[in-house]
Amino acid sequence: MDERYDAIVIGAGHNGLVCASLLAKAGKKVLVLEAGSQVGGAAVTREFADGYSVSACAHLLYQLQPQVQRELDLKLTLASKKMTTVALATDGNHVRYRGKEVSGTSDADAASFRDFHRRMSRFADLLQTYLNKVPPRLAADAGMDDVLTLARFGFDVRRLGKTELREFLRLIGINIFDELAERFENPLLKGALSLDAVLGTHLGPRSPNTILTYLYRLAGSHGSLSAPAGGMSSLTEALAHSARDNGATIRTGMHVKRIVVDNGRVAGVETDSGETFDSWLVVSNADPKSTIMKLVSARNVEPEFTRRIHNIRMRGNAAKLHLALSALPSIAGLEDQEYGERIVIAPDEVYVERAFNAAKYGEISAKPVFEITFPTHRDPGLAPEGKHVMSAIVQYAPYQLKQGWSDATREAFCEQAIDTLSDYMPDLRQNIVASETLTPADIEEQFLIGGGHWHHGELALDQFLFTRPVGGAAQYAMPLDGLYLCGAGAHPGGGVSGAAGRNAARMILKRGKAA
Amino acid sequence: MRTYDAIVIGAGHNGLTNAAYLAKSGLDVLCLERNDYIGGATASRSLYKDWLYTNCSYVCSLLRPEIYRDLELARHGLQVTPYGGGTTFMQNGDYLGNYPDPEVHYREYARFSKADADAYERYSADTMRQCRFIRDFLLRTPPDPTSFKPKDLRELAHLGAKFFEMGEQRMYDTIRFWTMSVAEYLDEYFETDVIKAALSQSGIIGTALGIHSPGTAYVLLHHYMGEVDGVMGAWGFARGGMGAVAAALSNSFQSYGGELRTDAGVEQIVVKNGRVKGVALSSGEEIDARTVVSAMDVKRTFLKCMDKNDLDADFYHRVKHFKIRGSSGKLNIALDGRPSFPALPKGSPLHDGDMHFIDSMERMERAYDDWKEGTWSKDPYVDLVLPSVVDPTMAPPGKHIMSCFIQYCPAQIDGRPWTSEERDQFGQTVIDQISEYSPDFKDLILHVEIRTAQDIDEQSGLTEGNIFHGELTMDQLMFNRPIPGYAQYRGPVAGLYMCGSSTHPGGGVMAAPGCNAAREILYDLKRPDITPVNFSDD
Repeated sequence: MDERYDAIVIGAGHNGLVCASLLAKAGKKVLVLEAGSQVGGAAVTREFADGYSVSACAHLLYQLQPQVQRELDLKLTLASKKMTTVALATDGNHVRYRGKEVSGTSDADAASFRDFHRRMSRFADLLQTYLNKVPPRLAADAGMDDVLTLARFGFDVRRLGKTELREFLRLIGINIFDELAERFENPLLKGALSLDAVLGTHLGPRSPNTILTYLYRLAGSHGSLSAPAGGMSSLTEALAHSARDNGATIRTGMHVKRIVVDNGRVAGVETDSGETFDSWLVVSNADPKSTIMKLVSARNVEPEFTRRIHNIRMRGNAAKLHLALSALPSIAGLEDQEYGERIVIAPDEVYVERAFNAAKYGEISAKPVFEITFPTHRDPGLAPEGKHVMSAIVQYAPYQLKQGWSDATREAFCEQAIDTLSDYMPDLRQNIVASETLTPADIEEQFLIGGGHWHHGELALDQFLFTRPVGGAAQYAMPLDGLYLCGAGAHPGGGVSGAAGRNAARMILKRGKAA
Repeated sequence: MRTYDAIVIGAGHNGLTNAAYLAKSGLDVLCLERNDYIGGATASRSLYKDWLYTNCSYVCSLLRPEIYRDLELARHGLQVTPYGGGTTFMQNGDYLGNYPDPEVHYREYARFSKADADAYERYSADTMRQCRFIRDFLLRTPPDPTSFKPKDLRELAHLGAKFFEMGEQRMYDTIRFWTMSVAEYLDEYFETDVIKAALSQSGIIGTALGIHSPGTAYVLLHHYMGEVDGVMGAWGFARGGMGAVAAALSNSFQSYGGELRTDAGVEQIVVKNGRVKGVALSSGEEIDARTVVSAMDVKRTFLKCMDKNDLDADFYHRVKHFKIRGSSGKLNIALDGRPSFPALPKGSPLHDGDMHFIDSMERMERAYDDWKEGTWSKDPYVDLVLPSVVDPTMAPPGKHIMSCFIQYCPAQIDGRPWTSEERDQFGQTVIDQISEYSPDFKDLILHVEIRTAQDIDEQSGLTEGNIFHGELTMDQLMFNRPIPGYAQYRGPVAGLYMCGSSTHPGGGVMAAPGCNAAREILYDLKRPDITPVNFSDD
């Protein structure tokens, strides 16, 4: 029998680390168990070919919550910051945007973009306040905090003023496609903004809900993009550092097999190797489905709750493509320093919608959309000298592929992606030294994220706020004494934000005080 | 010159309902109709010999019973006969029956999956709970969430209280129900593809969305919240076609002293010194009124019949971008006899029900993909009914009239008007689909009326042929309908009101917008409120 911990955190993803560090900072004795050989979960830098490394899943930072950075006193070295988005055109007449400025479009579009960005940022700010709060319960016996949060929300919403409030209520439930059609004429701009809204989701730009996902993306830094030097591991290593400094123990290579339930409450965890660790408090950074169905087992919770958990939608569509390159590919009309920016392929909004069509039927997009970075351009240490790495998110690659994911289908997907890329980068193929493709099925297997979904569950109005992960369990505490969630599957959702981990820690500490 | 108390533009069911309430309250009301027949989209006409075509809306269920009673529609000749059941034909020769008798229904579902048969009860209960919740708001004016007026605060509080009394878990369920897609909603209950396909249809009828589009679960309600004779969710045929609804409303209106003129298309709503003065007809005639109520959709009302200078710029902008998308068409077919459907057992009651031919979720969604590409579905969703089976007045003895509702059918092909060849091809697509399941169908056809969304626009005056006068998406529901800030039936000019389906609670032959608008008009005129309050039969 090992010693007893105040809290055990399952998974050293960025949210798990944030949560562990905050708990440890408050004086708790915390143990973090990570299945992988390194910390970071889906925010890691991995070597994918001899001498070539890349941020394996998430590759850009835009949502890291300032609160998290402040409270953990994180110091990050950034390789790139305030990156521009370049929306590629085959003819080299690209559209570029950063912050509220866009170039390559008509003046009317540029003016409209400023207005669009201003309004969206304002709504995103409102949203952000509540992303960093524990969602209130809607119940007759709700606590004072719940009532206050709701009242505050009502007040904040009203404070938008009549015109903005009306716009907020009009926009919050609808799709990005119609709003873009109403505002802009430039297809590249509309395509790129569509991509911003649908990246990481099972939605197309015509799907209602995509304004919400767009706002979610802006909540934190208004969409300002950066990349840590050395890739995402720099961030998660810094978080691990902070946790250790605060007194937490982190052990890697410890795959938790089950959460031990004793007398209707959690009592600890057991690893694959049969080792057990005792604690009355277990915090899971795993997705809610894996946590409840696999780690806890359905028999330990109410069937009604299991049914709701079972119904969580988490069908990943985003694949990762990593290319080791002997040289940067040539792209018409792209300045040399722009290889360090964020490059997207989404030539128009209908293209993006068509790419999504395939996903609805379990097929891969014939012409996918891409979010591309060449991290080595500003961070040469990630590849051998003079060589380069391309890191691309490719959509749509549905988790539930009709014919199933296999080496052959993965290969076919990769080839198709490279074909599309070659339309913009004609000499790409000849520069490829090695490649790695991570389909959602691979992401599920390697990073233990159910469905390979980067939000640990679709980010949609019906799985948001009060109903994330499921209604009645949105306050991080699961209906099993001592069990909490702290991952992206809980409020507010995914992205490298740290909000879920922070909110969970605050909830746990508050409850501890009350008890 | 005579000045009316109120002019109502459009003698569709909402216009007539509104006019009837205003007249009943003692006002001097004139109702103007552009066509030489009344009813708008609730019309029945003889287009071929003695066959009666109900050529737009074709079944009745949503009409609010409160209004039916209030306006004495039974006395004025409206009779709704329930019909039951339906079939979804499958490509493998089998079929899925939808039986009104719960036990038979259970056995039918169990033929495909025992789990689905069991789940149906839970599905019905959950969906009906949502119906009951929303039903309370059908005959109420939506509150303005940005206002601090006591009336709005009271209404908001009412909404909050109704929501709250559902209980914690049901509140979460309700939030989810209002925001998720019909496909995902059904996935939570059922496993059989054909069962989900059959049930998903109600989530997309009349909308330019697919079954996978978030927000379509809510649209289910627009097809479930009706009732016939107190049976919730039941559907029926109006005896004599949907024109009977308009006829009864018109009789009621005239019995209260209202005046009705057909062949009187309004060209312009006349505004003077910031308030309405009356209307100008296309004949050049001008008629004065203190109040003008438009039953037309918002686009027709404000973009076609008003001077841009009379409107606030922001308001005009929002109307211009109001989403009103044609997504459905119709085929009305006069038949020499009753077509046979050999897949169904002889004597099965399903022969009398509605019929559908899409048996998978993928086919449902692909039909929508065609629409997104700017064309009609090549494998469309068809809702086929034979009203003459239940109502013999619709066709000569032994003969039949068939009504097909088809989705998806755009208002334009790839952004340009339909050609007549394309219209014929569209019709042929539907006829071919039906023929696959009815070998003698083609030979029985005497006359076919093909109505694309464009034809519905031109003939019935629904912009883009949208049967709901505007998409039922969250930016156009409740206090957002039709335009945020204008959800309380008042137009942007003093004395001008809206009472069509563009307003809350939206389309379907419900008559609630017409009634709600009357309430607000009477309130402004400081007259007693004679519009009905909600009641519940259960």
